[in-house]
Amino acid sequence: MNRLLLGLTLAAVAASAAYAAGPDLGAVQQSATNWPAILMFLFFVLLTLGITYKAAKGTKSAADFYAAGGGISAGTNSLAIAGDYMSAASFLGISGLVYTSGFDGLIYSTGFLVGWPIVLFLIAERLRNLGKFTFADVASFRLDQTSIRIISAVGTLVVVAFYLIAQMVGAGKLIQLLFGLPYLYAVIIVGVLMIVYVAFGGMKATTWVQVIKACLLLGGATFMAGAVLLKYGFNPEVLFASAVQVHPKGDAIMAPGGLVSNPVEALSLGVGLMFGTAGLPHILMRFFTVSDAQAARKSVFYATGLIGYFYILTFIIGFGGIALLMSDPSYFKLGPAGAFDKLKDMIGGTNMVAVNLANAVGGPYFLGFISAVAFATILAVVAGLTLAGASAISHDLYAQVIARGRTTEKHEVNLSKFSAVVIGLVAIYLGYVFENQNVAFMVGLAFAVAASCNFPVLAMSILWRGTTTWGALTGGLVGLISAVTMVVLSKAVWVTTFGHPAPLFPYDNPALFSMPLAFATIWVVSLMDKSRRAQRERAAFEAQYVRSETGIGASGAHAH
Amino acid sequence: MSSGTTLGARGRPAPPGTATLGTDQDPQVARIARSPEFQQLVSERTRFAWTLTVLMLIVYFGFIGLIAFDKSLLAVKVGGTASLGLFVGVFVILFAFLLTGIYVARANTRFDALSDALKRSFGR
Repeated sequence: MNRLLLGLTLAAVAASAAYAAGPDLGAVQQSATNWPAILMFLFFVLLTLGITYKAAKGTKSAADFYAAGGGISAGTNSLAIAGDYMSAASFLGISGLVYTSGFDGLIYSTGFLVGWPIVLFLIAERLRNLGKFTFADVASFRLDQTSIRIISAVGTLVVVAFYLIAQMVGAGKLIQLLFGLPYLYAVIIVGVLMIVYVAFGGMKATTWVQVIKACLLLGGATFMAGAVLLKYGFNPEVLFASAVQVHPKGDAIMAPGGLVSNPVEALSLGVGLMFGTAGLPHILMRFFTVSDAQAARKSVFYATGLIGYFYILTFIIGFGGIALLMSDPSYFKLGPAGAFDKLKDMIGGTNMVAVNLANAVGGPYFLGFISAVAFATILAVVAGLTLAGASAISHDLYAQVIARGRTTEKHEVNLSKFSAVVIGLVAIYLGYVFENQNVAFMVGLAFAVAASCNFPVLAMSILWRGTTTWGALTGGLVGLISAVTMVVLSKAVWVTTFGHPAPLFPYDNPALFSMPLAFATIWVVSLMDKSRRAQRERAAFEAQYVRSETGIGASGAHAH
Repeated sequence: MSSGTTLGARGRPAPPGTATLGTDQDPQVARIARSPEFQQLVSERTRFAWTLTVLMLIVYFGFIGLIAFDKSLLAVKVGGTASLGLFVGVFVILFAFLLTGIYVARANTRFDALSDALKRSFGR
């Protein structure tokens, strides 16, 4: 399986290398070495390595490795979940989007957030009651282990692969800008550190790295937004008014603009963001780290609050960027006669709005702090992704599909650690070869696959009695293939990467089509499935139902 | 919470349909499923969860729908510079948080009580 994925990604690499496309962030120039940032980042690395060492000593069983022994509290877990969500893309990307388009940034923030209530109402408690380490445990609870684990693991690995490539490339460019380190160094540092966190510290280290980073990021963003508001007497109206005055688009930034140009596109984006959240493997696995369904439910509640708060901060930061940076030429590459384009010529590109604003409101040391936090953010997110991928390989593919349950726990955990090393090396390699490729569509693709493959398989297997193995397997495959195909035929890949004149699929976001297609396939195929196995699986629903609703018989917090 | 009696205590869950929860053998499951306490818990919680889900979908896709079909409404000014769209967007964020809070409050009191009663009556 691993080899298959590797083959697929290599094929993708070869394909995109053949059709070389324009770089994503624009040609990034390496800046001068930023010592305060590097020192603060080194401090973060030392701290997290210390935690990893402690976690490694306490990680003995598979439950420790995959799920931190089930001993994470609701509050800690909510910070880890929020941390997984507050990626560098959210922080820098959304504040940059607010900077260029104003209101349109809110469309992404709300979309990223509203998946959480759905996760809470339909998924979280049942997931905790039924599962142990991966969401495939839940989806295959009463269905055929081999088929369902294969489709879940493939869904997981595809999501992890695309998300990881996007993060690695982002990390390389960001660190080039922030720290003045060469691209390749940056990618290697990220890759090696994430291997260390995951292979040695397992879920415990991955969780605590994420929690520390979440606290640093929330603290830094709060300070920045507070400093911006302070300059405007804590009156947002004054901030908005001065932003409208200096922004080239003027008053248009306060209203929906060109980001969402047609209704179908808007709905499809919304569906993908909302239900993708409920199918991201590195998020779903966090529900297995808490002791019971009550803790799972509380962690979603707190996490929703933290994430919502964070997105409101990024909105203020984006507007602060407009108001405070746009009229200051020192943040722009100046053309002849000191002229500059406020939207295009920002030093480092518009993704650097939050970083430049840190300098404007807090001086060079705060700039160093925010840069270090941005690096830490990427590191923490890739570690979570790596663990999700490694778990899918060892716990789902190896232990259940290849060894058919005949393996020891120690062997399985060792394989997981080995997988983490391999994933890390592959990620470094892909990060390197994708340096000058357009990777912007990849996070969107990861969400689309999560919404169209993982989420339908999971939701139907726990919510509908009639779901059979054949239904879930074909539906998951149809969702996966249709989502990937539609993205490949869309403008982002077909035109931008492959250089064809016109896209074959008219929308950028496939979820509005691929997700219902997956659900419909699961439904129809399950209805048509008259096999003996299907009858057994429907009969087994009652036991699953009782356990998912009450937790009676659920696996306890700790391995005994 | 009762610990995993029928699960492989270490590592993997037992293969389904064999011994998990004593699926086929355990008449307890059928008794729980048919008990009025279980049915009340499940029907109340399912109705509540789906109601909140539908509310969230209406609010979010209402917002997206306005962006798609009526941009000018969202551009209407409320108090100087801030537009109606801004308030609606922030409202969607707060609404999502509020809904999760409502669900957790209800689950912590009503649903947990029903669930505990069920577990008591089946001696688990």
